[in-house]
Amino acid sequence: MSVRNGLLALLAERPRYGYELRGEFEARTGTTWPLNVGQVYTTLSRLERDGCVTASDAGESGQQYYEITAEGRAEVTAWFTTPVRREARPRDELAIKLALAVGNQDVDIAAVVQAQRTDSLRALQDYTRLKAQAGPEDLAWLLVLDAMVFQTEAEVRWLDHCESRVVQGRRPVVRPTPVEDVERAR
Amino acid sequence: MSILVLEAVTRTHGSGDGQVEALKHLSLTVAPGELVAVMGPSGSGKSTLLHLAGGLDQPTSGRVLVEGTELGNLSRKALAQLRRRWIGYVFQDFNLIPALTAAENVALPRELDGVPARKARKEAVAALAEVGVPELADRFPDDMSGGQQQRIAIARALVGERRLVLADEPTGALDSTTGEAVMALLRARVDAGAAGVLVTHDARHAAWANRVVFLRDGRVVDESVYRAPEDVLAP
Ligand SMILES: Nc1ncnc2c1ncn2[C@@H]1O[C@H](COP(=O)(O)OP(=O)(O)O)[C@@H](O)[C@H]1O
Ligand SMILES: [Mg+2]
Repeated sequence: MSVRNGLLALLAERPRYGYELRGEFEARTGTTWPLNVGQVYTTLSRLERDGCVTASDAGESGQQYYEITAEGRAEVTAWFTTPVRREARPRDELAIKLALAVGNQDVDIAAVVQAQRTDSLRALQDYTRLKAQAGPEDLAWLLVLDAMVFQTEAEVRWLDHCESRVVQGRRPVVRPTPVEDVERAR
Repeated sequence: MSILVLEAVTRTHGSGDGQVEALKHLSLTVAPGELVAVMGPSGSGKSTLLHLAGGLDQPTSGRVLVEGTELGNLSRKALAQLRRRWIGYVFQDFNLIPALTAAENVALPRELDGVPARKARKEAVAALAEVGVPELADRFPDDMSGGQQQRIAIARALVGERRLVLADEPTGALDSTTGEAVMALLRARVDAGAAGVLVTHDARHAAWANRVVFLRDGRVVDESVYRAPEDVLAP
């Protein structure tokens, strides 16, 4: 998970001021991933350089106002639909990804969950096959494989849970952005 | 040749406003040596799929073939015979007959099939040994734990020359190591040349399959196919 993906996902919902992004990101992800202002602005200028967002001056305040481009949108879509790599502490990034997906009407959350579930199942199949190939003398290896199996299983159960929660109550998003900011954004 | 073929199968329950399409134009083939796991939320059509594959229910449209024979073309009697001989079915609630011992429960389908009683008994004892509980042969289901009953039910599904093994949540009532032992049994039978379809909620058990099929509202929404071992450890 990069800060880049997170900010782009927020900009895919609507244009925002730079200063809004940090608070919104932290509110949405329950501060599992604190950002500093410097990170936000470096990332935004890289996104601008790469043609993923356009920045415009918003008059008196001097604040930059960011809008996503078609290219940026394509990058967000690719992020949402690509399973999180297993090596990269998947649950944290997964939780953040789903938290952001819930706020975006254009994201098919069931598809995001399913892509991840299929990927997790494939990993489970791999570990299970490796277990079957290991002999009883490989106890240490078997225990390591078991650990991976149970961790991945927990992830699948959590995905099932997310899905049923989403089906039951769609989009219970808390929007901490002050109303006047939204008005100004229009 | 595939042992099980479901061809564009639709199963509609009820009529009018209360009509439910439990399966929608679903196709699935299972080859010898292949174990397919079916996962999905409750109501997605998993049991319906298994019932159709086992000839316990008929599709509204589409075809079901077992070893090349279309089940819809068989007489009741021929279907019952095919089921007894070729299809092993593990029910979620075991379905053992309380008045019969473990060995008698396992031998029953073979005897119904015309196998002489002594031979059927021998096969049953062998099947009980295969599932690791030879000592339960003369016990009654009520005197057994859930895990033991489930092993008997699995022995009954594996006895004889069953080529298609269908199991609906066979590990539901079992603790994690017993559940794993049950999966190892199914896997071994399939590796010996049978075809298997396993319905389960448990990802850990589904992972024993060559293929995991995800159902939603009567349709396959995704599939996870087992990769070759050499690809496994590559990042
Ligand atoms: N005999 C039946 N009569 C009416 N509806 C049924 C019948 N059997 C199943 N259904 C409906 O078909 C759908 C699929 O059921 P089922 O195959 O049992 O799902 P699962 O096993 O995945 O929980 C459900 O909506 C269920 O209510
Ligand atoms: Mg069911």
